[in-house]
Amino acid sequence: MTVAERTPLVEMRNVNVAFGGVHAVSDVTIDLYAGEVVGLVGGNGAGKSTLMRALSGAHPADSGSILIESQPVSIHNPRDAKAYNIETIYQTLALADNIDAPGNLFLGREKTTRLGSMNDSAMEAETRKVMGRLNPNFTRFKMPVKSLSGGQRQAVAIARAVYFNARILIMDEPTAALGPAETAQVRNLVRQLKDEGIGIFLISHDIHDVFDLSDRISVMYHGRIVDTVRKSTVTPDDVLGMIILGKKPGEVSEKELAQLELRSK
Amino acid sequence: MTNVADATPTPVSGGVQPHARTSIRGLIAQTEIDLRLFGMLVALAAILLTFNILSEGKFFQPTNMITLAVQATGVAIIATGMVLVIVSRNIDLSVGSLVGIIAMTYALLMTDWMPNILGLGADVPFRWLIALGIGIVLGALLGALQGFVIAYVGVPSFIVTLGGLLSIRGVVWYLSKGAAVSGLDPNFQLIGGGAQGSIGGPLTWIVGVVGCLAILGLLVNSRRQRRRFGFPVRPMWAEFLLAGVGCLVVLGVAAFANASLWPQGLANRIALEQNWGPAPEGGWRIPTGFPNPIILLIGVTLVMTWMATRRRFGRYVYAYGGNPDAAELAGINTRWTILKTYVLMGILCALAAAIASARLNGSTLDVGQSYELYVIAAAVVGGTSFAGGIGTIPGAVLGAFVMQSLAYGLSFMGVNSPGQNIVAGIVLILAVGFDTFNRRRGS
Repeated sequence: MTVAERTPLVEMRNVNVAFGGVHAVSDVTIDLYAGEVVGLVGGNGAGKSTLMRALSGAHPADSGSILIESQPVSIHNPRDAKAYNIETIYQTLALADNIDAPGNLFLGREKTTRLGSMNDSAMEAETRKVMGRLNPNFTRFKMPVKSLSGGQRQAVAIARAVYFNARILIMDEPTAALGPAETAQVRNLVRQLKDEGIGIFLISHDIHDVFDLSDRISVMYHGRIVDTVRKSTVTPDDVLGMIILGKKPGEVSEKELAQLELRSK
Repeated sequence: MTNVADATPTPVSGGVQPHARTSIRGLIAQTEIDLRLFGMLVALAAILLTFNILSEGKFFQPTNMITLAVQATGVAIIATGMVLVIVSRNIDLSVGSLVGIIAMTYALLMTDWMPNILGLGADVPFRWLIALGIGIVLGALLGALQGFVIAYVGVPSFIVTLGGLLSIRGVVWYLSKGAAVSGLDPNFQLIGGGAQGSIGGPLTWIVGVVGCLAILGLLVNSRRQRRRFGFPVRPMWAEFLLAGVGCLVVLGVAAFANASLWPQGLANRIALEQNWGPAPEGGWRIPTGFPNPIILLIGVTLVMTWMATRRRFGRYVYAYGGNPDAAELAGINTRWTILKTYVLMGILCALAAAIASARLNGSTLDVGQSYELYVIAAAVVGGTSFAGGIGTIPGAVLGAFVMQSLAYGLSFMGVNSPGQNIVAGIVLILAVGFDTFNRRRGS
């Protein structure tokens, strides 16, 4: 069965986002199926993060539509997105530095007792379980996350996204702050989540990461989608060419190709 | 669907117990005492002791200490709310004017509006409670108005509350046409303390014992919770030490409050009115115990600490202060949270205004003047950081007591009010400077 025969988990149609006069995202259409990883690549300022912020509710789109399992939905803020089980791991991690790991993991969705007070012990116990899998050496459950290492902070941000039964996961540079061992861990996690049927948008600068993990790759250039390709039909050089030149492999002239090769040397 | 937590049973990862060390620092770490709060308690004790030595033992007397404490209550009550406002990266400069307008409202309610407009004469029971309720609603409304402009319109809190400071004080003048108003309901006056506005000897002991039981209950409950989830617990000696010292301090303070006695004149007058019979040898010895405003402060501190640490509202305030974007992205309704901090401030101002007007038996144009400065100083001396996200409510209450002890002690030694201000200002800067230095070294 090919993925094209099924209903997409998410469709973003003709999405536009502008900051003042600058079109950060213009007329972008993109989709994502359950159990699929779509890599989103492009240079700095290509609009990858802005497009995903429209889906996660952090900065709603100016126009265009978002469909989840073919149902049009409106996402105005992060609460709306979370209600559709869209979870996001932001590049900045979006952690409250003065609060401990359990507090951050459950931020906005605290476990409460019958009287509505926070149940810190229960939240810490759950956090210990999740972190036991993501980062078994993690012990600083009572420390503000400010005092954690980059990898530990990343683990907290990832734990938060996967704990709440995500169906759609947006990962914005999830391995940027990590060492080789931790990067391998995140890659394993991505594969595992994909096997569980979660749809994942993966933003990454690392073309090898993207080739390793993605089923399809969407290349953005100056706010537009250059092309969305199946990984098996392209080479990393093709994708690199699209990222740098903003053109599909067939449209690139000999001269541009020569320039590209010059640059890569 | 995934749920990493349930996918496979995995061993719970490590503990947080600091390694047992024989150093003093290690031993203190095992009791898990908040070092900052502990340091402030030591500083407060040092200030009181110094003035006691300087005054050759006259300073440290029950009546003195009770007066000092009652004078600190208004600022301390508002400071508990100011912590949340500053933690969420805002400021409230309007608290002094809020206290002023609500105090004037209490005075006008009980002298004019209630008997003449609402038809509630002096014989109506619970007049004081009705007046207090109206004041609290007024405070909440004014707070909500300012909070709305700050959170939803987006005008900086410094500007909004500076405007509030100016304009609300102006309204006070129009309310009373510039006159002082006096003559409150006798029951309302009891909010302000004094011999009759205190809870008396037996109740003070009960409060002390309940405090002791609460300390024991909290320690036992926390230990049981941690056991249940398999978390590390404090060593037994630390539990007993905390319980012992906590109970000793609470009962000691209760005994000290009960060492303060009714003035002979007042006792004799009341004895005559109520037919207590002849005075015993050496006169009446009636302990006053804790004054009502202190009980109110204890209640406010407990409720505010509970809200800040146990309720989601408090968690959101701290999260917003630590990282406003993270709070927003986590789906927290940050605007509503900020608005609520200002509503809370209005309510706390109404309580402080009740104490201030009750002590005055009325209100003048300048009730609450400069409160904003003392309240902010108390919160900041108590460890609240203007960078946001950091600050505790017990710390702010202690901060209010530190500042008030200095002012009271200096005036006791005959230093005039400008001199007190010089010391207060320098102490404020020193306290924050010391704190900043400590934090930088710690991180």
